[in-house]
Amino acid sequence: MQFILRRLAFYLVAAWVAITANFFIPRALPGNVVEAIMAKNPDLQPSAQKALEALLGVGNQGSLWHQYVHYLGQVFTFNFGPDPINYPSSVNQILSQEVPWTLALVGLSTIIAFVIGTGLGILAGWRAGGRLDKSLPAWMFVQGIPYFFLALVFIEVLAVKFRIFPIGQGFDAEYYTPGWTWGFIANAIDHSILPALTIVLTSMAGWMLQMRNVMVTTIGEDYVVAAQAKGLPNRRVIFTYAARNAMLPQLQGFGLAIGYVVAGALVMELVFSYPGIGLQLLNAVGNDDYPMMQAIFLLITFAVLVANMLVDIVLVLADPRVRAREVAR
Amino acid sequence: MTMLSTTSAAELPGAPAGAQPGGQPGKLSGLAATWRRLPATAKAGAVLLLVFILAAIIGPQVAPYAPGLQTPLANHPPSGAHLLGTTATGQDVLSQLLTGIRLSLELAFWVGVIATALSVIVGVTSAFLGGIWDEVLSLLTNVFLVIPALPLLILLLGLLPGKGQLPTILVLAGLGWPWGARVIRAQTLMIRNRDFIAAARETGERGWRIIVFELIPNEVSLIAASFVNTVLYAIGASVALAFVGLTDLSSFSLGTILYWAESGNALQQSYWWWFVPPGVAVALIGTALVMLNTGIDELGNPRLRDVRNATKIAGRRIWPTDPTPVLAAMNGHRGRLASFMHSFSRGSLLDEAPLDKAGELR
Repeated sequence: MQFILRRLAFYLVAAWVAITANFFIPRALPGNVVEAIMAKNPDLQPSAQKALEALLGVGNQGSLWHQYVHYLGQVFTFNFGPDPINYPSSVNQILSQEVPWTLALVGLSTIIAFVIGTGLGILAGWRAGGRLDKSLPAWMFVQGIPYFFLALVFIEVLAVKFRIFPIGQGFDAEYYTPGWTWGFIANAIDHSILPALTIVLTSMAGWMLQMRNVMVTTIGEDYVVAAQAKGLPNRRVIFTYAARNAMLPQLQGFGLAIGYVVAGALVMELVFSYPGIGLQLLNAVGNDDYPMMQAIFLLITFAVLVANMLVDIVLVLADPRVRAREVAR
Repeated sequence: MTMLSTTSAAELPGAPAGAQPGGQPGKLSGLAATWRRLPATAKAGAVLLLVFILAAIIGPQVAPYAPGLQTPLANHPPSGAHLLGTTATGQDVLSQLLTGIRLSLELAFWVGVIATALSVIVGVTSAFLGGIWDEVLSLLTNVFLVIPALPLLILLLGLLPGKGQLPTILVLAGLGWPWGARVIRAQTLMIRNRDFIAAARETGERGWRIIVFELIPNEVSLIAASFVNTVLYAIGASVALAFVGLTDLSSFSLGTILYWAESGNALQQSYWWWFVPPGVAVALIGTALVMLNTGIDELGNPRLRDVRNATKIAGRRIWPTDPTPVLAAMNGHRGRLASFMHSFSRGSLLDEAPLDKAGELR
């Protein structure tokens, strides 16, 4: 419990750093950001200008401390005001439509990639030097491919040439409206196969390489040899002796690498025109939509922090050494 | 995705650098000895990387055209005049590629240098000074480690008014140091208590001399690994950022070529010669770096190395699954896959050697 609490305190500090950076970055920039936004979107109401100035710290807003407290309040209620580009709707409304798409696609495919990659890594490590292990350079090549490039190639080959999958978008807007209907869900799944395949293939290789290395190191340990000498069936030796211990660094790596995986997936959404927050973030960058950029950055950061915390909890459950350290303290 | 292959980098032995078997008559023969000890993957990676570095050095000189030169020959597939075809504005893709490799590698190199320097400074300071410094610097490192870098990069570069090469390098380096810092701190903590450091301290060496001449030479392999990792991260991130348009789009890097290919509808029109070469180049550079890193890992971790010269008896590979030659012989009548699957079954515990018809042991 103490371990969890300490980690919780750490994540709170990390979240605070991200929030504070988010507060100071637009304020440190030269030029009047709000004027630029207002010039770009002439139909904005004066009230929107007020909200923007408050968020980005332009004009006469009182002391920095006052602004900061106000901003913290906004962050806690996750209220980033109206969105200047899609004026009448607020940043929240737009994001709440897009988060489910990214969460479903990126979340699921990351987990699938982790499971498959770790499984293949266990096999490759267990039979180090074997056929699967000899294919590692090919996997390194797969790992080197940028997500979005693999996405481009998939679209070119599987969607444009052979027309097996739809080219992009989350669903066919002409035929379906989002909702819990079979037609829509089937259509959305059909559209998500290519993006999911992209994420799974490219991020799987990394998990596999890492797991293979840890597995090879673990197999050399005396307790694994002892387990074999006792005559335990391989299944037990592999999964409860070797892989279980080799999993621990892998899990820690999962927490740290998830940020990279999510980031890569965001750029990929652009290629597929997938209606998630990655596409929204890049559109926001193109349109100088600062409130949207800030909100999405915070959202992603919080998501990664929560994922890390979940990994920590799993680690406490899986690794007796973490619990033992608490007792020793 | 870039940082995955470093698990065992932390386990590199703290043996003094350059203390290879067979003495060290000269720097060069030491290098040659290191090269000979390198695993095959690392050699392949190094050679592949060297090819790209060469292309980066001589590329812009040997490029057949100026990369920005527009000709009336638009969207032309590969031909004798344009080995890799032309873009929508009739620019030569090969020339763009050669220039782009230069720019992308240059950026990644400087990001690697700056970020690695930062991680050495932070990691060594943190471990060497200890106390409150260590607490603060470790906290800073860990915070930067969990905050996702690419969204922050997009935010920063999206807000920054100028989007040239230099701001990209600085921002990438400013966010790329924490991983290395963490690994180097762990290693420094280990080395700090060794006798030779204590001896240097006793003889009255100053702190900075101990760090520069005693400590850092012992962390060369670790620093090299974190440099390779950072370069890998920089290539990936810079190409992704350029692809979404967050860079100076008038210059030619691997990412901007992809950006123009995407916005020039190369995809919908199947102009593969426009977007495949830069993508493959990025993937190959990435592969070379991953291979190099795996090689460095193997160099430091004997268990990974031993896999290559694993036991073979009578030309038959003995897996950890089949601990004894007898067991291997017993499984001999099964195919490779079947014997592997069989080894999972409870029946494998009761294995009897297969008997022939006469009941004799085969």
